[in-house]
Amino acid sequence: MNDPDDPVRMVVFDTLRASTRGAVELSDQTNIVNELGLDSVAIMDFVMEIEDRLDVSVPLDRIAEVETVGDLVATMRDLEGKG
Amino acid sequence: MSLFDKFAHLSDVYRGLEGRRFNPFNIAFDVILSPTEAMIKGRHILLLGTNNYLGLTHDPAVIGEAIEAIRNFGSGTTGSRIANGSYDGHMQLERALADFYGRKFAMVFSTGYQANLGILATIAGKNDHLILDADSHASIYDGSRLGHAQVTRFRHNDPDDLARRLRRLAGTPGDKVVVIEGIYSMLGDTAPLRELVQVKREGGAYLVIDEAHSLGVLGETGRGLAEAEDVEADVDFIVGTFSKSLGGVGGFCVSDLDGFEVLRVASRPYMFTASLPPSVIAATAAALHQLRSRPNLRRQLTENAKRLYGGLVDLGFHLGPEPNPIVSAIMPDPETAFAFWTSLLQAGLYTNVSLPPATPRGLALLRTSVSAAHTRHQIDHAVALFAQVGRALGLIPHARVHRGTPHEAPEGKISVAGE
Ligand SMILES: Cc1ncc(COP(=O)(O)O)c(C=O)c1O
Repeated sequence: MNDPDDPVRMVVFDTLRASTRGAVELSDQTNIVNELGLDSVAIMDFVMEIEDRLDVSVPLDRIAEVETVGDLVATMRDLEGKG
Repeated sequence: MSLFDKFAHLSDVYRGLEGRRFNPFNIAFDVILSPTEAMIKGRHILLLGTNNYLGLTHDPAVIGEAIEAIRNFGSGTTGSRIANGSYDGHMQLERALADFYGRKFAMVFSTGYQANLGILATIAGKNDHLILDADSHASIYDGSRLGHAQVTRFRHNDPDDLARRLRRLAGTPGDKVVVIEGIYSMLGDTAPLRELVQVKREGGAYLVIDEAHSLGVLGETGRGLAEAEDVEADVDFIVGTFSKSLGGVGGFCVSDLDGFEVLRVASRPYMFTASLPPSVIAATAAALHQLRSRPNLRRQLTENAKRLYGGLVDLGFHLGPEPNPIVSAIMPDPETAFAFWTSLLQAGLYTNVSLPPATPRGLALLRTSVSAAHTRHQIDHAVALFAQVGRALGLIPHARVHRGTPHEAPEGKISVAGE
């Protein structure tokens, strides 16, 4: 599940690292709202970066369900699989 | 532990402002003297943040119609149009709006916010797709959430990104509905409507445009951006509000799509709320008449907007990209925005503070809106106060950027807020 070489996972971590400027140590358990201090629009904005890189669209209700970085990886994997 | 713990991040900001003499989130006007002047705590204030684009709130004809309607029909309708019936005024206003836009159908809602809820939550159903411009107003986001469609957003004002997203949806069942605004409420920029219309057409999508801030502001006859860009035939739904250029409260949607009237029994934000009171309906109808018969108001508004925008650009402020009646100065952070706002108010000028997540890209904005009712002198005075406060806060250079500007006020001491 947590294969560090998984391309989806790499894209998510890369993008998050860029938008937090590497300020926080990221793991699957990192809480996106509480630990990264991102508001609702900031979260939608960085998901947009991931959407571009993976060429998938993420519905807003799926973004709203995401709490941790691991959740986001799972959501992206799920949507990519369908696309 | 309290019910409100989840708002800790907001409470901190709010509490920080509470102790101050002026707080942008609960400022109160003692008296409104005119579309451009009010009293706050006994002091005379110049208004530059009201969305009162045409200054019609105090128009004698508008006020006269409202008073007559309240005498003839009473203070309120005490019910919804579906459960308790419409008044003649509601129907007349809908006909006037349809006539103004040259469309077959018009529907009036109790606020502009509810118009977006009522349209977006209803026209896009369970298997449909709403694709929103990322900078859309909260009412567009909320309306999308109220319904059952799949909602995605595209990069602000980016037709290529919209095209990519429509391409991803190609072959997926369900209708696609694209939602944009005419003038965006935070930075005052307009949508690249011709390009977006092209993409919408190629992708077989419907288009909704919210002209809240462009009705009465743009277009040959004031119908908004779609008229200005000559693409009205490609816009399936125009949504708007009575609360800005028309100086009242309420919202509407116009369309030419056959079957539109069914929304009256399908749209919950239309059905399950009280209809607008007779005085508001009469005032709005009178204001619409003023908007149509006095194109000079629009010209004056444009001139005022350019004067304010040009004055602030010359001083070295970072503004939104276009000289429209919403003129926002980009502040380095929320603290500076509050300090700027307070200093302006202390000097007698009322503006707005806009903060993320209501603003795009995490921007802190000192937002202003211009009215046709502003005199040249009032605009110049506002620019002079911006110059003084901007210098006192170190946001703009002390030397004039541009020579020969008429905006220089006598050097006065400006106190920096927050001390
Ligand atoms: C783009 C936009 N749409 C809708 C609304 C809501 O309108 P109202 O305040 O009349 O409910 C506003 C402003 O508040 C707005 O800026």
